[in-house]
Amino acid sequence: MTGADVLLLALGAVAVGAGVLVVTTKHLVRAGLYLVVCLGALAGDFLVLSAELVAWVQVLIYVGAVVVLLLFAVMLTRAPIGASDDLDRPGWPAALIGGGAGLGLTVLLVDAYRWSTVELPTAGTAERLGEQIFQSWVLPFEVLSVLLLSALVGAIVLSRPDIGRPPGGDAARPADLVDVEPGGRR
Amino acid sequence: MRPVIPYVTAALLFGLGVYGVLRRRNAVLVLMSVELMLNAVNLILVTADTTVRAVLPHSGQVFALFVIVLAAAEIGVGLAIVLQLYRLRATVAVDDVPLTEPPHPGDGREPATANTEAGR
Repeated sequence: MTGADVLLLALGAVAVGAGVLVVTTKHLVRAGLYLVVCLGALAGDFLVLSAELVAWVQVLIYVGAVVVLLLFAVMLTRAPIGASDDLDRPGWPAALIGGGAGLGLTVLLVDAYRWSTVELPTAGTAERLGEQIFQSWVLPFEVLSVLLLSALVGAIVLSRPDIGRPPGGDAARPADLVDVEPGGRR
Repeated sequence: MRPVIPYVTAALLFGLGVYGVLRRRNAVLVLMSVELMLNAVNLILVTADTTVRAVLPHSGQVFALFVIVLAAAEIGVGLAIVLQLYRLRATVAVDDVPLTEPPHPGDGREPATANTEAGR
């Protein structure tokens, strides 16, 4: 066990523990905050695995943006403060399938790698990853930019019910949408 | 460095994500569980980058970056859908969503929409 192993073990334990709390806690907001802990521990894992750029992008995008968006969604859907009892379905099938998937993958990977060691490769700095992305992976990169644009447009269209309504459809559509919208804008 | 440690972490996180998606009723919590699964895949990719010597260096890390971008797009559209659901039904419980009938926003649910309107 080298220092890297000890760090990986500790960060992995933190990540899995926080993950357990994310899927079991009764408090909506706390689930988001445990998710921050889990993602932060994973960013530490990436750093130990010499993936610098991925670690910082993880902190920026996941911890910075995605969790903030999720917390905004918790607020906008008027989640109650404190514990709520109706967050869960009765879930033996969920435990069975989730536990089966997790333990099955664990057995598979442990069997594949045993207790072998590898040397860490050269660090994935922004310079090296940038060379790779803009030389070998340019086409997927550009496709991703188109995908981001379409996701942006899709989110806007979804959140505006007045787009895509059939022409003259105020009578055809239920009246309450028409009622809600001006109220929301005022 | 022993690659089995991050691999097992990723496998357990993926199992937790599957469990959360199937167990949780609240749509926002389902999205959080999806994030757990995506992060498990990222950890697998970054670890594979250290164990597999590919022709192109750092392919695993590049893929992890791509997955992070996909997750950001997914969370944006997913939250737009969840908020629209909340606006129409005043609930985000995924097992209250009717999958067969066409959506009739507001059939017998005028009090709910009136609530959201008054809340603004």
